[in-house]
Amino acid sequence: MAKIKYIEYNGKEHVVEVQNGLTVMEGAVQNDIPGIDADCGGSMSCATCHVYVKEGWYDKLPKKEMGEDDMLDQAYEPNSKSRLSCQIMVSDDLDGLSVYMPEKQV
Amino acid sequence: MIKTDVVIIGAGPTGLFCAHQLGIIGLKCEIVDNLDKIGGQCIELYPDKPIYDIPAVPECTGEELTNNLLEQIKPFKFNFHLNDRVQELTNENDNWIVKTNSGKKFQTPNVVIAGGVGSFEPRKFSTKSAEKFDGTSVLYSIKDKTIFKDKSVAIFGGGDSALDWAIELSNISKVSLIHRRDEFRGAPASVQKIKELSKKNIINLFTKHSIKDVKGNGSLDEVEIKSEEGESKILKADYVLGFFGLIMQLGPIVEWGLNLDKKAIPVNTENFETNKKGIFAIGDICTYPGKLKLILSGFHEGALAARGCFKYARPNEKYRFEFTTASNTIKDRLGVK
Repeated sequence: MAKIKYIEYNGKEHVVEVQNGLTVMEGAVQNDIPGIDADCGGSMSCATCHVYVKEGWYDKLPKKEMGEDDMLDQAYEPNSKSRLSCQIMVSDDLDGLSVYMPEKQV
Repeated sequence: MIKTDVVIIGAGPTGLFCAHQLGIIGLKCEIVDNLDKIGGQCIELYPDKPIYDIPAVPECTGEELTNNLLEQIKPFKFNFHLNDRVQELTNENDNWIVKTNSGKKFQTPNVVIAGGVGSFEPRKFSTKSAEKFDGTSVLYSIKDKTIFKDKSVAIFGGGDSALDWAIELSNISKVSLIHRRDEFRGAPASVQKIKELSKKNIINLFTKHSIKDVKGNGSLDEVEIKSEEGESKILKADYVLGFFGLIMQLGPIVEWGLNLDKKAIPVNTENFETNKKGIFAIGDICTYPGKLKLILSGFHEGALAARGCFKYARPNEKYRFEFTTASNTIKDRLGVK
């Protein structure tokens, strides 16, 4: 279980407890947190669950697998802290993680 | 005006199998898709990725699945209308008049929306100023490459479209290629070629850069790019091309008076009809309690929606359930003995 903070583009914060084994994307979708679309349902086939990981947390996360950066190329305004939230698996180690939503997903 | 029993919106696996079911029960249909090819997300998003959860098919790719579905509906000789998008639905007596982007018109008692997460559209630049030049000098696809002859062209992106066009246009134009990171997702041979062209100064290559602004009075003059650290550079550009892949947008569907739940259309699970009589929704675009976004669920939904269509297409006939193994009528429709 990890407490994760989702910060909308307008600054609104949502803190939810997400079960281990779910993804950061699922944590948002299951809790009706706006800002993450996840059109493809988590198959790394779109780029609509794009988030910016908070400074300090980015390097602590498990590294990107092949293909994630390719999809991020197609995201809205990606930067060096960009991840697809469907590829971040929640574990106890992620307790306290904060992610920022982009202005929009598409 | 094309008269038919059913118009299917979307040529993905769900739409294709629904067409099959319509053919089996003796109905005609016309299939419209915004993409230039058949297969929907299977073809556009993951043609080479293996799928492991199609019943009785241990493993197949999106492309194989599409080809098999096409083979399965071949006997019915249904028409596809590709590169076209359904724009408008209007009710006329007991029929729907379906109008497409290209001006085609259908008259049908049934519309089956099998539109996935919407139609695929190119992802555009987020810079406001790019909108002003959209379609004239800021482009997301190329129809006629001769317009770039002897011009300065700034190409953004790191996939095959961006690389292929950079290589191709470097023969006739002054090309700059700009990509947000050092690695490219295009084919290794193209990446190699780009690096060679860059070494020979035939292409100006800027990695770890993205677009900041486009400028010009009337016509486009230059594009401003920024590095990861925020440093700006100005490049001369007559054209700016963006190849960031495709995004899915619901598009005109939201204007048809259908109930919407987030980006999905609520349906009943008896025949997958929406709140509008004669309009059905199946596959990823529909929602109901327990909905799973699986291809196999789409097949089931398509089979039931097809029976729902029968009622409106043949109001004076009673639908008879038949098995393909036993029915001679079905065998005739399939052209098998």
